[in-house]
Amino acid sequence: MNLGYRITAKELLAPGIFRLMVEAPRVAAKAQPGHFVIIRTQEGGERVPLTIVSAQDGQVELIIQVMGKTTAELATYQVGQEITTLLGPLGVAPQAPAGPGIMLCVAGGVGAAPILPRAIDLHQKGWQIWTILGARNADLLILEERLAAISDRMWICTDDGSKGHKGFVTDLIPEAAQAGIIREVLAIGPTPMMAAVCKVTKALQLPTTVSLNALMIDGTGMCGACRVQVGSETKFTCIDGPEFDGHLVDFAGLSQRLRQYLTEEKQAHQKFAEEGGNCQCGIE
Amino acid sequence: MRDRVKIPKISVEQRRTSFEEVAQSLDLAAAQAEAERCLHCKHRPCVAGCPVGVPIPEFLSELKAGNVEQAAKLVLEKNALPAVCGRVCPQESQCEGVCVRGIKGEPIAIGALERFVAEYRSPDTGQTKPTLTGPKVAVIGSGPAGLSAAADLAKAGLQVTLFETLHAAGGVLRYGIPEFRLPKRILEEEIAYIQALGVDIQLDTLVGKTISLDDLRQEGYRAFFIATGAGLPSFLGIPGENYNGVFSANEYLTRVNLMQAYQFPEYDTPVKVGKRVAVLGAGNVAMDAARTALRLGAEEVRIVYRRSRAEMPARAEEIENAEEEGVLFDLLVAPLEIVGKDGWVTGLKLQRMTLGEPGPDGRCRPIPVVGSEYLLEVDTVIVAIGQSPNPVLFSTIPGLQVAAKGNVVVDANGRTNIVDVWAGGDAATGAATVIKAMGAGREAAAAIIRSLNEEA
Repeated sequence: MNLGYRITAKELLAPGIFRLMVEAPRVAAKAQPGHFVIIRTQEGGERVPLTIVSAQDGQVELIIQVMGKTTAELATYQVGQEITTLLGPLGVAPQAPAGPGIMLCVAGGVGAAPILPRAIDLHQKGWQIWTILGARNADLLILEERLAAISDRMWICTDDGSKGHKGFVTDLIPEAAQAGIIREVLAIGPTPMMAAVCKVTKALQLPTTVSLNALMIDGTGMCGACRVQVGSETKFTCIDGPEFDGHLVDFAGLSQRLRQYLTEEKQAHQKFAEEGGNCQCGIE
Repeated sequence: MRDRVKIPKISVEQRRTSFEEVAQSLDLAAAQAEAERCLHCKHRPCVAGCPVGVPIPEFLSELKAGNVEQAAKLVLEKNALPAVCGRVCPQESQCEGVCVRGIKGEPIAIGALERFVAEYRSPDTGQTKPTLTGPKVAVIGSGPAGLSAAADLAKAGLQVTLFETLHAAGGVLRYGIPEFRLPKRILEEEIAYIQALGVDIQLDTLVGKTISLDDLRQEGYRAFFIATGAGLPSFLGIPGENYNGVFSANEYLTRVNLMQAYQFPEYDTPVKVGKRVAVLGAGNVAMDAARTALRLGAEEVRIVYRRSRAEMPARAEEIENAEEEGVLFDLLVAPLEIVGKDGWVTGLKLQRMTLGEPGPDGRCRPIPVVGSEYLLEVDTVIVAIGQSPNPVLFSTIPGLQVAAKGNVVVDANGRTNIVDVWAGGDAATGAATVIKAMGAGREAAAAIIRSLNEEA
């Protein structure tokens, strides 16, 4: 009854960030840029949403940052091992309008992973891609080359200045806006980053799409754990999103909801570590 | 004349701290004695009162005579999930509600006896797994409608695949109904029986997204039965519903039942327990959520309902169980607003109601009492005011006729406006009961079998 999904490749991209290729032919055949999957590592495990970075030859590419118990556990999985659940493709895959025009892609940290397939799609539809890629430090910058390959212009920034501009992605948006006529902005990263980007782009009157990383269980509209206020409406991130008009998203509410299980998440992660779980992902 | 058998239950103290099943099984002697009470009246109202037409007097006769396996066989011919139905059917408004013994006393405990014979049967009462060779049929959704349709289709020799989105089969029987009312072990046995009929179950498959109906048609599927239930939780649309500590009953129950959050951190998914819990609504789902909260350790759990006791839609036995366990009932009050602080719920603003004239559904309409607003301090709010059909699959079937309330439109045979697509259960009716969904599953299966025979 249970299928099992085999890991066919694994690569450490940065400390605490790794990529997996997982066999899932049906999901891979239907995946569109912007879709996500729900995975479970094993029986008893929680259901975790992850963006499909790419899909080819019956496999999906996932990029994972170790954040809690499940991601730490997944980091211990080796090529040839199976994860027990992989459901998808889920969410609304946005129908990107045709170019031309400049799309400013603003990616923070592991947000580079969900932005990549969207940027590739837009590039293929005739958009110019301008990319701002930021991370805490140079070691944590991921997918730089793959983004550079489809970007007409690219800015790098790090919080500590170890590569590119020293500071936040938001610092670079006005500069980009000065350099050309930006038609739209796509911003994906940690919730506070997306909130900050939207503040800047609202002032600049640049239409901005964000992709939200709400808590989910089923991922199919059944539980409402992922609900978020968008304008005057409550939306379910899983079936109405995950992309929304960033200028309408209630980021404060979303941040609150993301902190709902902070205590339990720490408890589970600690238990995993105490029981000898070592994610072997390069972080101390 | 003998009184109706008393259903053994575990103690209230045990119930408040464990998820163990509340109602226990009868022993053989008690079951036979209860079966003896059947008058075998000529017009058999109980059979007509059963949405799947279980031959109740006949199985009671076999039980009386000690032929329990034969009794089980008779039940299974009409009902693929007897151990489930014996536990969760609203018998008081169906078979037991029309039992002639109930006119001057208490009806036969048909539910308890159905459950008894279902459990007493030996595991091989079902046939050995046959090779199915008929046309391929896809059943979408493995809840009560899908399971019972799949069983009938397999019995007719069709090659049935049952597609389920979640990582475990059973639909609402898995994610919605708690362990203390329907142990997962029982559900798993019933699903194993259906698999033994030859039904292939494919998990992690969201039809419409993972694979389309057109893909399945190309793979040779000749008919589809949509049994996707009513999985989309309704919210009230009052201020404060997105505070932390506010859950849909679906989320609360899914965390506990499907994900086993009551065993966190052994299982990875947590749930917020809360000290003072308010459950909005008074249906079976509301009772399940309230009783779950008590078992998780909440200090005070209350049902908040805008009508009176008489209008509460839950099964009588569950209301009684909830009350015994200490759930409080705040009746004739309606929520106006959820209030909170620092992102977390701290209270409910409520308004008292009185009952007016009956509305179109026959239930008295609640009327607000002006100036009666008050604040109830709570740290958890569970919204259990109903569910509607999940639109995800429907939206992927071009031209499928869907009503304004979100349910698929079907004809008298359960057929949709798409010629090879049938639908039934909550997906077609909106949220109803397990047994009605099973009845719809059986009817649609019969219609599919007829249609495929005509084509052949």
